[in-house]
Amino acid sequence: MISCEEAAIICNKTQYKEASFLEKMKLELHILFCRACAGFSRKNQKLTVLCEKAQLRSLSEEDKLRMKNELKKHI
Amino acid sequence: MILTKKSMTTHHLQPEMWVDLYADYLFNYAVARVSDAEIAKDLVQETFFAGLKSAKNYKGTAAERTWLIAILKRKVIDHYRKINSKKGKAEVRINYSLNSDSDGDWLEEQVADPYSLRENDAIENEELGLAIQECISKLPKKQSLVFKMKTIQGISTEDICKELKINPSNLWVMVHRARAALMGCLNENWFKI
Repeated sequence: MISCEEAAIICNKTQYKEASFLEKMKLELHILFCRACAGFSRKNQKLTVLCEKAQLRSLSEEDKLRMKNELKKHI
Repeated sequence: MILTKKSMTTHHLQPEMWVDLYADYLFNYAVARVSDAEIAKDLVQETFFAGLKSAKNYKGTAAERTWLIAILKRKVIDHYRKINSKKGKAEVRINYSLNSDSDGDWLEEQVADPYSLRENDAIENEELGLAIQECISKLPKKQSLVFKMKTIQGISTEDICKELKINPSNLWVMVHRARAALMGCLNENWFKI
């Protein structure tokens, strides 16, 4: 049996499709017996769906650095 | 004297923090309206400049971000004015149907389905996006960086570790903290259904 910490890490990896088959089995087994982790897993899954739905965009770090430098010149 | 003058003009504004705190939020807002990343980026930069320039008009009644959004709104409108100002471009033609020149009698045929559940999707998704960005901006710097690289930019774990010089277990701990914080920060309403 894995700990809740391990379960949480695997659950997060699952959100990025980076959990191995064995890890996923361990997580499923843990969730059967642990209500807290079951709740976390459900919410985490939902967060992934929300992030996809929102079609988030972000500026690259280079863009931000350029913006900061431009802004500094004017402060 | 110079010091007091400076603090007077900036009136609670922190321009040196703007890029870190609001750039992504403003960018998402802009990109939803001009649907071109390059133009959106320019508009955000212009918004920051305009914000600096009119910092002395900031009365502190609105939150900094709300104030910047108001400026960005003007910039978006100006952008459309500019591209529409060429003669003839502003002309709008309305046909009975988009796909044919046929004339129809019934306007009702063109009305959107009132029972459609998808009607408000675009608006709702934009609201959701801004809510998430706001929560991300409250995360500690490193966490928000890791979360964005992983979730938004979809960079592989290996590449992030290399770039930030951290090990994978470090990365997953940060991802975990970020996700847990976001779950707490995002309004419960988003998690229903």
